[in-house]
Amino acid sequence: MNLDVAVRKHYGGFQLDVSFRVTENRCGIFGPSGSGKSTLMHLLAGLLEPDEGVIELAGETLFDSTRRINVPPEKRRIGVVFQHSHLFPHMNVRRNLLYGWRRTPEPQRRIDPEALARVLQIDHLLERGVNSLSGGERQRVALGRTILACPRLILMDEPLSGLDEELKFQIIPYLNKVFSEFAVPLLFISHSLHEMRLMAEEVLVFEAGRMQQRLPAEELARRSLVTGSRGYANLLTLSDPRPRGDLWLYRWGGIDLVLTEPGAAGDNVFELAAKDITLFKRHPEASSARNILPCRVEGIFGVGNRIGVELACNGGRLICQIVPDSVRELDIRQGAEVVAVIKASAFHRLY
Amino acid sequence: MLNLAPQDMQAIWLSAQVAAAATLLSVPFGFMVAYLLVFVRLPGKALVEGVVNLPLVLPPVVVGYLLLLLFGQSGVLGPLLQALDIRIIFTLKGAVVASAVVGFPLLVRSIRTGMEEIDERLLLASRTLGARWWDTLLTIILPLSGRAVLAGMTLMFARSLGEFGATIILAGNIPGVTQTIPLAIYEYTNTPGGDRMALSLCLVSIIISFAVLLANEAVSRKFRQRATR
Repeated sequence: MNLDVAVRKHYGGFQLDVSFRVTENRCGIFGPSGSGKSTLMHLLAGLLEPDEGVIELAGETLFDSTRRINVPPEKRRIGVVFQHSHLFPHMNVRRNLLYGWRRTPEPQRRIDPEALARVLQIDHLLERGVNSLSGGERQRVALGRTILACPRLILMDEPLSGLDEELKFQIIPYLNKVFSEFAVPLLFISHSLHEMRLMAEEVLVFEAGRMQQRLPAEELARRSLVTGSRGYANLLTLSDPRPRGDLWLYRWGGIDLVLTEPGAAGDNVFELAAKDITLFKRHPEASSARNILPCRVEGIFGVGNRIGVELACNGGRLICQIVPDSVRELDIRQGAEVVAVIKASAFHRLY
Repeated sequence: MLNLAPQDMQAIWLSAQVAAAATLLSVPFGFMVAYLLVFVRLPGKALVEGVVNLPLVLPPVVVGYLLLLLFGQSGVLGPLLQALDIRIIFTLKGAVVASAVVGFPLLVRSIRTGMEEIDERLLLASRTLGARWWDTLLTIILPLSGRAVLAGMTLMFARSLGEFGATIILAGNIPGVTQTIPLAIYEYTNTPGGDRMALSLCLVSIIISFAVLLANEAVSRKFRQRATR
């Protein structure tokens, strides 16, 4: 992707004024609601006209106020997945999926509808009406519909926030599969830090109509340890759950972790809050917590009463949040050996 | 009980012709006007809206008289129509024109209400999927306002069946040529001993209107089923 944007848009007392260039294939736009994310999406897609500025995609000028260029949305080949899928209610799943595909010139059709329907696991729904679908199914159909129009860039505007809290992240594996298999550049708009970390490499942070900073998603998450109200969460990919008594054993790198939550075969992504990890100087011998991991301290960051400790545990990495007193008492510094203790119930499965 | 003279049968047939022609001719225009009013940003929209709705509030007799001024031999369009050898006044065409003008606001209102209920974001979605404006119009707006179009047609058809004031001025009351059901009933009620005949035609009028409503309900249900399948 090669997207160059420098636009200004004023409306209803709100001013968006941004300029950036994106070369990564997966870029996130992060910010609270009202920060101008959705306005930017509408400007890029051609659904709103900037007051002034330039938008260029892959060397082609889509908008230029001085040269009076404004390519209409249907000619931009920029796909949009909206927050609420906006499926056409009078068409069945198949006709929804093929709406953009039928309007794409033959030489540009590079995605096979059958293959895509299989990847998204909607091939059994093709003849169904869209009003009987679940939220997750609707969003998968909307994603498929956008991808099949073979766009040069896909904009996703809070695609998960319309879904149930429980099922929200279950669509992420589909997104990942689709975007790696069909190689479409993605601009992912969201106010959720988790979604940013799961979907984007680079993140542009928006606030009050301006771009405040750009940084890798992981870096953004580490900053939230200091500034965010919820602190830092480790996102761990655990595989192959096996039952052991009432609990479940998962593979994580070279070691096994004990969890209370069952998962699906293959990879599962779990959230583990940094403050749910306790550090010990020496092995506690007996503990109610089921996971006792010897680790080495790789680094320390953070300020005030929130200190992040980066741990290396047998290949895997964890971030643990403690207070300055503990840092002193346990003599935590780079290279120190500590023992991390985690309760089996501290892990929360995302998908 | 239904005791119809050949002249009454003619009136019924003429009414059906006039109402059907007026409705069918108006639908494409009604659809376009509703589309303009709902989706297109244009200056003087309020004015267009006012002109379209005027026949709804004007007495039909006034509408008829204005149409007479427009289409009459010495009217604004008189010379043009004469040159083209088209005669509107005192013909069935006149009855169709009168019904079309009087019923048009009802048609537009109904279609407009339906269009306003369409989620505008569906139209944006179709644009980002590569549809031009006319493509969106045909594949999204038209099917999604289908029920409203149908409801508007029903209203207009029913209104046309009952059109009296504008028709009698523009088309006259000529039995077998422009005499529709309401005009025939009017004539019966002015004739001594015509009450029974008037009542028969009233019954016919009720039956036709009811049939139209039932047909509309049936087709509209089909639309709804398709939408919620």
